Amino acid sequence: MSEKFVYVTYIASTPENVWDALVKGDVTRRYWKHENVSDWKPGSKWEHVSADSARTLKIAGTVLESVPEKRLVLTWADPQDRADESRVTFQIETIAGMVRLTVTHEDINPASGMLQKISNGWPRVLSSMKSLLETGRPLDTWAS
Amino acid sequence: MKEIDRVFKALADPSRRELLDRLHEKSGQTLTDLCRGLGMTRQSVAQHLQLLEDANLVAVQWQGRSKLHYFNPVPIHAIYTRWIRKFEETRLDALRELKRELEHERKDHE
Repeated sequence: MSEKFVYVTYIASTPENVWDALVKGDVTRRYWKHENVSDWKPGSKWEHVSADSARTLKIAGTVLESVPEKRLVLTWADPQDRADESRVTFQIETIAGMVRLTVTHEDINPASGMLQKISNGWPRVLSSMKSLLETGRPLDTWAS
Repeated sequence: MKEIDRVFKALADPSRRELLDRLHEKSGQTLTDLCRGLGMTRQSVAQHLQLLEDANLVAVQWQGRSKLHYFNPVPIHAIYTRWIRKFEETRLDALRELKRELEHERKDHE
């Protein structure tokens, strides 16, 4: 059976800034040390590339849905192992003056190495994004 | 109440910690799934889950007519960065190791 994980964070920010933090390379590199690169049109390719000079391709996939400031759905695969493709949905909502960002990562093959990477990865990434958007500084583990 | 206060309050109860453990073991369970094997009424499990959801430790998603509960580790990570990491993990590890060895020794003498 495939695995599914849900991550939720509340950010004192705007849907526009949270959306930019997902899709604009110059913002993602500040809290994630990687850039998300695509034209973000449904059907387009997207890539998660290290922000250093090596520009290593870490994750690659296809944009399935893209509604700016609301919803982004991507396929997600290790470029060395594209057969093991999972799916990530970013949902952006405004609740009581805060932005609620929900990341749902599903269709994960439990036998793939992705499972371990994910369970350690998302809380750090989301905490760092929240810190950057709220204070202007990412978590120090990601600061360059 | 601030989110961090709600998180600590939610974690202060052993039944709620057990529910989180069970959701960590298997993510995406219904209320009925979670009631199984717990010595609690359905109503109190539902109340505990609501408190965990208010603290953002549990996220809910609907799948058809089933309300599925997922463990959300993001607030725990916030506690880790705010309250644990800064107290220098290496020293904590050394203390934990010392405690383990001393307790082990004491058992050998009993």
